[in-house]
Amino acid sequence: MSEHLTEDAPPAQPIVDARHLQHHETTVQPMMEHDITDGGPDMVQFVDGDGNRLETTEANAPYAKIVEDMTSEDARSMYRDLVLVRRVDAEGFALQRQGELGLWPSLLGQEAAQVGAGRAMRPQDYAFPGYREHGVAWCRGVPPENLLGIFRGVNHGGWDSNANNFHLYTIVIGNQMLHATGYAMGVQRDGKVGTGDPDRDTAVMAFTGDGGTAQGDYNEALVFASVSNAPLVFFVQNNQWAISEPNYKQFRIPPYLRARGFGFPGVRVDGNDVLAVYAVTKAALDAARAGQGPTLIEAFTYRMGAHTTSDDPTKYRPAAELDIWKEKDPIKRMRGFMETKGHADASFFEQIDAEADELAARIRKACQEMPDPDLRTMFDHTYAEEHPVIEAEKAEFSAYLDSFEEAGR
Amino acid sequence: MSAMTSVQRLTLAKGLNQGLRKAMEDDPKVVLMGEDVGKLGGVFRITEGLQKDFGEDRVIDTPLAESGIVGTAVGLALRGYRPVVEIQFDGFIYPAFDQIVSQVAKLHARSLGHLKLPMVIRVPFGGGIGAVEHHSESNEAYFAHTAGLRVVAVSDPADAYWMIQQAIRSDDPVMFYEPKRRYHERAEVELDEAAEAPLPLHRARVTREGTDVTLLAYGPTVKTCLQAAEAAAAEGKSLEVVDLRSLSPLDLDTITTSVKKTGRAVTVHEAATFLGMGAELAALVQRECFHHLEAPVLRVGGYNIPYPPSRFEEEFLPGLDRVLDAVDESLAY
Ligand SMILES: Cc1ncc(C[n+]2csc(CCOP(=O)(O)OP(=O)(O)O)c2C)c(N)n1
Ligand SMILES: [Mg+2]
Repeated sequence: MSEHLTEDAPPAQPIVDARHLQHHETTVQPMMEHDITDGGPDMVQFVDGDGNRLETTEANAPYAKIVEDMTSEDARSMYRDLVLVRRVDAEGFALQRQGELGLWPSLLGQEAAQVGAGRAMRPQDYAFPGYREHGVAWCRGVPPENLLGIFRGVNHGGWDSNANNFHLYTIVIGNQMLHATGYAMGVQRDGKVGTGDPDRDTAVMAFTGDGGTAQGDYNEALVFASVSNAPLVFFVQNNQWAISEPNYKQFRIPPYLRARGFGFPGVRVDGNDVLAVYAVTKAALDAARAGQGPTLIEAFTYRMGAHTTSDDPTKYRPAAELDIWKEKDPIKRMRGFMETKGHADASFFEQIDAEADELAARIRKACQEMPDPDLRTMFDHTYAEEHPVIEAEKAEFSAYLDSFEEAGR
Repeated sequence: MSAMTSVQRLTLAKGLNQGLRKAMEDDPKVVLMGEDVGKLGGVFRITEGLQKDFGEDRVIDTPLAESGIVGTAVGLALRGYRPVVEIQFDGFIYPAFDQIVSQVAKLHARSLGHLKLPMVIRVPFGGGIGAVEHHSESNEAYFAHTAGLRVVAVSDPADAYWMIQQAIRSDDPVMFYEPKRRYHERAEVELDEAAEAPLPLHRARVTREGTDVTLLAYGPTVKTCLQAAEAAAAEGKSLEVVDLRSLSPLDLDTITTSVKKTGRAVTVHEAATFLGMGAELAALVQRECFHHLEAPVLRVGGYNIPYPPSRFEEEFLPGLDRVLDAVDESLAY
């Protein structure tokens, strides 16, 4: 081995001797594991795992009125969203398994977090998603078919973000947090904050995961949002895992508590309780639109499936976790609540299931019929204006393809 | 160890894994760090089993932040460790770009040689695996363009095993490119240095000898070029394939010796041709081999567009046909 710098520096702390592989005596104190099934007393929750409406607590009291104001119709349509979103997801997963899609990141278990958040948004609000936000997309009115192109390898998104105020998926973790912040800064400059006009005042939502909170862009976004008092809601879906890494590898203080340090409030909400998520998000968006600045919401939830269809979670997490979280299933919980409250009868639930079947068939058909892209379009849209290198390569590529056709190769 | 038992049939991925293991056994200062490299063994399983055997202090599942990973690796290196960083996919290196070009590359020079940065940044690179965007990029030229960094690319299991160890032993920072679509290719690897000395880290290798045209390639396109040479041979054309192995520095001797012999050169890489490695190779070859050249140096590479959706990638990537077309074009001069 070549010599290096610290040969005569003070000896480093003793570390593992490679020759005693089984004994990793450590001088490093890592973060400890903690209970990942209990969100603690700060967590806003309205409905328990069996669908019972919970008593008022210090945590949920500020949001109780929003939940009380919700009608049976609101509950039914939220339930419908939960079921349809789960079905979109199941179909995406199945299409991947059948080779129609290259990859699918499942949102299984996170339906309430996404539907609660998406439903709290107003049409003029704007969402900046990561890559798992199929449920938010649904609530924004993005046809689920539009999401398939990325995972089928046909495009990199391709939808017009401004059609539904739903930005393209962002795969590079954290990037979109800053875009959302800048967009919200634009909203401020347009004078669309704090006018009191509910159709004019606008807020922006930025979505990421627990792992995303470690990223530089995420933390910079919180700084920018704070100093500019931007009309923004950061929505962190803490599904307990970032691929194989649990929360304690990413942070020591949970995301909702960190917000305070950046200068704005943070709230932890039960991410499997759609009413709670809706209420907390609505309050935060209302505050943002009114000019009161950003809020961070941490939706405490669980990734029931693999990270994506390429992942095998049995390599790193215990099955027992899954069993505990199954009991907290967001759809089962909402249904229990509705049945107790008499918000819907059996025929309603049947009707939603039938609608889900139709939706699944529609998505499947759209996926299977999605044409392979015309290869010659590969160069399109690299630049908004003409570019000679692109033009030259496009011509060269076209001639190359023609040579096959001519040769009948 | 007898010569018989020191040869193993390994995949490129396993070659890396064994090479990392050997480096960790040889030097207790070697630490691995990255996203999911510990318990999971990395998304490509390159570090599989290493955390179990060497402990969490030496195989670190880091927070999800590439600038943080590379920046703390710098600190560890300053403290005398030899960090080996895994960037999960090529397209996720950019948050660390600042640390790499501003600090990793420059600290030795800034300290007038007092500080050394013996670190390796492993990058699974290139396309061809049907992935979503940011998972198929070839960004080696950015780093080869940056003084202070050494840049290498492996193409086969034996090089994987040896070059990772050589890179770790280097006192300079090394960008270590791994062709992810070739991770599962298998070959025999001689694990005993005494039986067969490995080629030095920064030497190119003539992987197939030929007389008509030299193909200059590295990483995933070495195999493409070998296949092209095989196909060309059937048509009576003799192609020489040079696996560059090192992109910075380039092994000019091996390259120019080959081109002077054949009089023709075609560069082949997945990265865009515009200011890609092929541009530097063409400039050097025309300067050094001017009087031997029968044709201009031709470049085959990715097009100058963002890496396209996977349904396009077969056409986007330089395949057999495009390489052979360039060979014909070269021979037609
Ligand atoms: C900058 C960057 N680094 C690495 C990756 C690879 N990667 C994709 S998802 C992921 C984990 C994300 O975890 P989290 O933020 O908790 O979101 P989740 O996937 O759980 O929804 C990683 C490391 C990436 N997409 N972007
Ligand atoms: Mg997560």
